[in-house]
Amino acid sequence: MSEPLSIDVRDVTVAYPNGNVALHDATFHLAAGTICALVGVNGSGKSTLFKAVMGFVKPVRGSVSLGGLSLREAQRRNLVAYVPQAEEVDWTFPVSVWDVVMMGRYGYMNFLRIPRAEDRRVAEESLARVGMIEFRDRQIGELSGGQKKRVFLARALAQRARVILLDEPFTGVDVKTEEAIVELLRELRSAGHLMLVSTHNLGSVPEFCDHVVLINRTVLAYGPTDEIFTEENLARTFGGVLRHFRFDESTIQKHDGRAVTVLTDDERPLVFGKGGHLEYSRRQEHEKVVEERAEEPDDK
Amino acid sequence: MIERLLEPFQFAFMVEAMAAGAFVATVCAVLSCYLVLKGWSLMGDAISHAVLPGIVIAYALGAPLALGAFSSGLLCAVATGYIKAHTRVKEDTVMGVVFTGLFAFGLVLFTRIKSDLHLDHILFGNILGIERGDLIEIFAVGGVTLAIVLALRRDLLLFCFDPGHARSIGLRTNLLYYLLLALLAATIVASLKAVGIILVIAMLVTPGCVGFLLADRFGTMLAISTGSAVFSALTGVYVSFFVNGSTAACIVLAQTLLFIAALLFAPKRGLLRSRRTDGQPTPVG
Repeated sequence: MSEPLSIDVRDVTVAYPNGNVALHDATFHLAAGTICALVGVNGSGKSTLFKAVMGFVKPVRGSVSLGGLSLREAQRRNLVAYVPQAEEVDWTFPVSVWDVVMMGRYGYMNFLRIPRAEDRRVAEESLARVGMIEFRDRQIGELSGGQKKRVFLARALAQRARVILLDEPFTGVDVKTEEAIVELLRELRSAGHLMLVSTHNLGSVPEFCDHVVLINRTVLAYGPTDEIFTEENLARTFGGVLRHFRFDESTIQKHDGRAVTVLTDDERPLVFGKGGHLEYSRRQEHEKVVEERAEEPDDK
Repeated sequence: MIERLLEPFQFAFMVEAMAAGAFVATVCAVLSCYLVLKGWSLMGDAISHAVLPGIVIAYALGAPLALGAFSSGLLCAVATGYIKAHTRVKEDTVMGVVFTGLFAFGLVLFTRIKSDLHLDHILFGNILGIERGDLIEIFAVGGVTLAIVLALRRDLLLFCFDPGHARSIGLRTNLLYYLLLALLAATIVASLKAVGIILVIAMLVTPGCVGFLLADRFGTMLAISTGSAVFSALTGVYVSFFVNGSTAACIVLAQTLLFIAALLFAPKRGLLRSRRTDGQPTPVG
């Protein structure tokens, strides 16, 4: 296995042939062992930044490097994997689950792409890890939304990449699969991988991303979620397009155990506490936050 | 009766036509699988029309016709790509303008330049009048094309399926893009003498479509597509002997019939099938 890898994006400016500058002077740095969310509205340059990190678009200025390697070199060494958005994939394509996972091994094969025993072993192991081994002979269109996502995750695993880019990984995925994917990403983080997740699902960000990059035509802010994911920063990022529901004068009483249940359709809501700090649905992993708040005077 | 049925095989030109037809059909069928999956069916249409001015200019210059055809076909594809990238006009629109423009240019040139070329041979092929030299050219150009496609079949498939992933593992997707275009142009050049630049369009779409309707795996799709194309070529040449019709048209007609059969009776996706079972059950979980 190769060394943990960091991402360095420096002063990246991307302009399209029609002269449209989609992104300017974007700079951020991420260390290995991180799950980072890329957050911004449609048209904010989020997908452009994503494409620049993938090497699909060439910046007119600035650079993207991974652990000191050029992007091209890092890709040649199979260090970067990409999990596409569901809408980008042609699900009628005549390939099986197994074929797709095997594509993750192409970089290790000779130019005829004939798999060796090792490639088959890794592909099998990767499929098993996402719980899809019994679907290996299915055509990819015959899978549910969550299963489809898991197949492409298995491909990224089979590739043995250190940096994994996920484009809207939770769109069209049921809650159970979402949790399974988050769990897998956490495991990968512990193993020193770096995950960059493009998402518009705000609520899920503090739940599993330890870092965020906020984008609106440029990188507005980046860093640990607790520090960066503030109401003020989000207002700058979204420029007033977010819906607000405040509970200022609400009926929540102390006898409710200070707990409320919020139901939404498919997206997780983002909840801020009274002082503008993030609220988490689970206390585990956030002991530090709980401790800090315990020292504050209790609200009456 | 039997004698009458075996009659076509007694003529060398018939046997040669069958060999050339089956070979051209194979090359086209293999490529058609990629075109259908990539959504490039119109690209075959465009390049084949754009080949005409190249042929006429090559003739006027005394250069090999195949070379002229290849260059002008490729020029059309590259020009389309360039215009699309630098304007707001959509690709299919650009293609429509560029290829019809080049085709018209070719027609004007053809009438201005005195030659012993026959326009309908260029347009519809002359498979029964194929000469030894043409046959060698067909097998050489087609053979090289086929060898390259088969050697790189997994990379090309990945390029069609998920160019993002192809890039992320370090494949040069730009190179693959132009390679696929060049292979397409070469295939059209190889098929020129046999089926002509109009009917080759069908040869580059229909077999792949038949394979796509019937198969769930790329290998199977490739096999079905090639099988149906070769079968159509042999049947088409054979039948044309009796009906005294355009041979290339008979080949294309046979392919079209196979396509209709696949469309109606495909076990999983056929129109008749889906009416009976009301679609496939949707998986859950």
